[in-house]
Amino acid sequence: MSSGLIAEYEVVQGKAKSFYDTYERKDELQHQTHYCPGCGHGTIHKMLARAIDELGIQDRTILVSPVGCSVFAYYYFDVGNVQAAHGRAPAVATALKRSRRDSIVVSYQGDGDLSAIGSAEILHAANRGENITVIFVNNAIYSMTGGQFAPTTLLGQKSTTTPLGRSAQHEGYPLHVSELLATLEAPVYIERVALGDNKQIAQAAKAIKRAMENQVKGLGFSLIEVLSPCPTVWKMQPVQAQQWVHDVMEKTFPLGVFKDRTKEAHVWPARDAAPPLETIPEILGVAHEELPEGKAEMRAQVKDVDLHVRVAGFGGQGVLLLGEVLAEAGLDAGLEVSWLPSYGPEMRSGTSNCHVRLSKEPIDSPLVTVPNVLVAMNEPSLRKFDASVKPGGWVIYNGDAFPEDCVREDVHVLALPFTQVANELGDTRAANMVMLGALLEMTGALPQESVDAALKRLVKNPRFVELDERALARGRELYRNSAVR
Amino acid sequence: MRKQLMKGNEAVVKSAILAGCRGYYGYPITPASEIAETAAEYLPKVGGEFLQAESEVAAINMLYGASSAGVRCMTASSGPGISLMQEGISYMAGAELPCVVAHITRGGPGLGNIASEQGDYHQAVKAGGNGCYKTPVLAPYSVQEMADLTALAFEMADRYRTPVVLLADGFVGQMMEPVEFQEKATVPQTPRWAVTGTAETRGNLITSLHMGSDDLEAHVRHLEANYELAAQNETRAEEWMTEDAEIVLVGYGIVGRILKAVTAEARAAGLRVGLLRPITLFPFPTRNFQRLVSRARVFVVVEMSTGQLVEDVRLALNGARPVEFLGRAGGNVPSHEEVMAFVRELAGRMQPAMTRDEERMAHV
Amino acid sequence: MEAEKRSRGLLKVDVDECKGCGLCVEACPPHVISMSEKLNHYGYRTATYVGEGCTACGICFMVCPEPGAITVLKAVYRASDEPGRSLRAEAKEVACASN
Repeated sequence: MSSGLIAEYEVVQGKAKSFYDTYERKDELQHQTHYCPGCGHGTIHKMLARAIDELGIQDRTILVSPVGCSVFAYYYFDVGNVQAAHGRAPAVATALKRSRRDSIVVSYQGDGDLSAIGSAEILHAANRGENITVIFVNNAIYSMTGGQFAPTTLLGQKSTTTPLGRSAQHEGYPLHVSELLATLEAPVYIERVALGDNKQIAQAAKAIKRAMENQVKGLGFSLIEVLSPCPTVWKMQPVQAQQWVHDVMEKTFPLGVFKDRTKEAHVWPARDAAPPLETIPEILGVAHEELPEGKAEMRAQVKDVDLHVRVAGFGGQGVLLLGEVLAEAGLDAGLEVSWLPSYGPEMRSGTSNCHVRLSKEPIDSPLVTVPNVLVAMNEPSLRKFDASVKPGGWVIYNGDAFPEDCVREDVHVLALPFTQVANELGDTRAANMVMLGALLEMTGALPQESVDAALKRLVKNPRFVELDERALARGRELYRNSAVR
Repeated sequence: MRKQLMKGNEAVVKSAILAGCRGYYGYPITPASEIAETAAEYLPKVGGEFLQAESEVAAINMLYGASSAGVRCMTASSGPGISLMQEGISYMAGAELPCVVAHITRGGPGLGNIASEQGDYHQAVKAGGNGCYKTPVLAPYSVQEMADLTALAFEMADRYRTPVVLLADGFVGQMMEPVEFQEKATVPQTPRWAVTGTAETRGNLITSLHMGSDDLEAHVRHLEANYELAAQNETRAEEWMTEDAEIVLVGYGIVGRILKAVTAEARAAGLRVGLLRPITLFPFPTRNFQRLVSRARVFVVVEMSTGQLVEDVRLALNGARPVEFLGRAGGNVPSHEEVMAFVRELAGRMQPAMTRDEERMAHV
Repeated sequence: MEAEKRSRGLLKVDVDECKGCGLCVEACPPHVISMSEKLNHYGYRTATYVGEGCTACGICFMVCPEPGAITVLKAVYRASDEPGRSLRAEAKEVACASN
């Protein structure tokens, strides 16, 4: 070799490291992409791969490929790959990133994918400020499916589903995704670039790198919209298609930065470290507890009961709570219990009811269709359920007088103005507890300490605990003083 | 040990977290919303992720992402929302991504109502999305089973790399019963196939796309083999009083509870009635049905629908015994009394007792 | 080879990967890329370096949609008396890996 000035050549531009050497996931022609000659996807892939190389994030990168011509992006990128359903890449990317905060997640989408079927997903991912990078390839048409109209199709542009050209009257106007998303507060960086000439291409590469860098820095959501040629569907030569991007597309979709908050954006906070596994049952409030001293003995004393209770009234009367206290107290006393809130067609016009069962035996059906105790907190509830009460059962009714047409010879009735009684105790809302007191006294089913324990567990405000305790005592007293047996 | 009184929907979340669930992505809907609310309360406290999505479509696709990242994750919804999730469930089944979908049913079709119904059996059991796939379906009938089957659902999801549906009616979701949980919390290791953004997982790919027809056929055959394996190992049903039962009552979910009460009453009345309650709706407990054919003279399927489970029962029995059906819909429940009357009437029609031929057949 | 070495840059085209879209021909500022007369194995006319005049600006690489169809190399200058380093070997290695 002669000793000239030029010693040797070194590579300055070559295939990015983040591409596979050969595309083994591809069935055939594993040395070239599946894209048509002159397609913008390959060019954009190269920009992205180079950004990944330059930022040194190949191992950390997860590429979410869409549905569309770039569905096979995973053939080429030697990174973690996840292929998503049509339009859902931002949702998939959201959870990938939130699950693996150190990963760098790229949602790569076409215009049918992102601006039509995935319009909700992109809007909300952007609005949440997900710390992901979105590459939005806009070629104003559905290419993979053969050239149908897209939300980004230009006015007058022909497609297989707008054979006469897009009309504003019929299909509306081209959707300006970048401008639209830039109105949101959360996104950090939104820029529209194009592949229309050398200068634009250089700018596009810069923008894509910047969008990736933003994520590496933890700044938040970046989206780069790339106006990209589709020579095949546009029925143009590649060079002509490139010029069309520059001369025509750009008029509808002006280039530029639509949002840049990179200076003031907050870095995404690291998540709190997960607590040690052994503390989790306690965090959930389900750590195993031994029974308190004496509880087993108390439970042995509890008498054999089989209560089928229906509680009914208006919403706000404390119907559900009455039932819950009863069930909770039953559980404390060692009984089998179930509580089922009113549910279904009967839950109308503010009425409320619940089914409660207490038994020494395992509860078969938690549905109480034939109660042996009915607590009716108002007249409509009485009228609804009175006939269902089991012969020999009890009806506790909140009212001055028991409606005559509801009278049955085969059930016991305790009818009192419980709301009035509660009012005298200081709060009409305690009527439910007065009625529960009467029920407890009547059935003699549960020890007082279990009722106290249930109240403490369910009623958080000490003022109400005190009121409810008085109400329960008053209810017991009312039953004892009544003539009903 | 002290048990706790808890709603079924709450028990699902607590059991899920104990089983290592660290991702919840969902959308509110009655009667499943308590699941999202409980998840929102607890997941952040255990280092997990809760996110209310913009739609059920987004929610299930977020699960696709979380599961791709190797995180145990779940969602919950009801009929209308589950319909929207079918896209993602099909994709996850295709991409072999585990997750748990709690389906707390309500009335349909369309907006239907918010009452408890079992009209979504077909949607859950027969695969509501596109393609040759199924999802295991577990049907709890108590709050304790809401907890236990949720834990099992996560195990099965990982074992068979598939979405698993927990199909519970609104009653089971809404009611409170005493429940106890597994003592220790676990978090499984990240599966090797996951894409986590690390050097080790860089070569991994999650997709449901198989372009070649041979590739795709091989893939769905592989899924099919998985389901067969699940059928061998995971099929569950409860039988009660079936040993000598002539009338076998069949129902799942809350109906199973009602049928228990009916069985007890029928036995007390001297009728030879038993209960067969499928716990896994897919895989279906076909063998349990076939075993009972020798004794049972008739099967009575009770559902809160116009008849969906009954089709699988007929398939399982393959004509060997008659199948009667009692169904209510719209949120109406076949009450204990209604079923009991049906059973009495049926028993009356069955008189006299078995003929000699039937006796001989029964003992073949 | 000697002719190539007179230029600041050098361009290599993988004729199996090139799909003949012609974008590089249009983009090249010194106009030193043309389309081949012959078709390649797949029936495309492919981009061809005319043999001199490359400035190693890299624009052809940037506009080319194929990841590895074009490799651009730049001349490395050094004094003739400098002891031979492994530069040459390195450059070769990279070029091969990219082809």
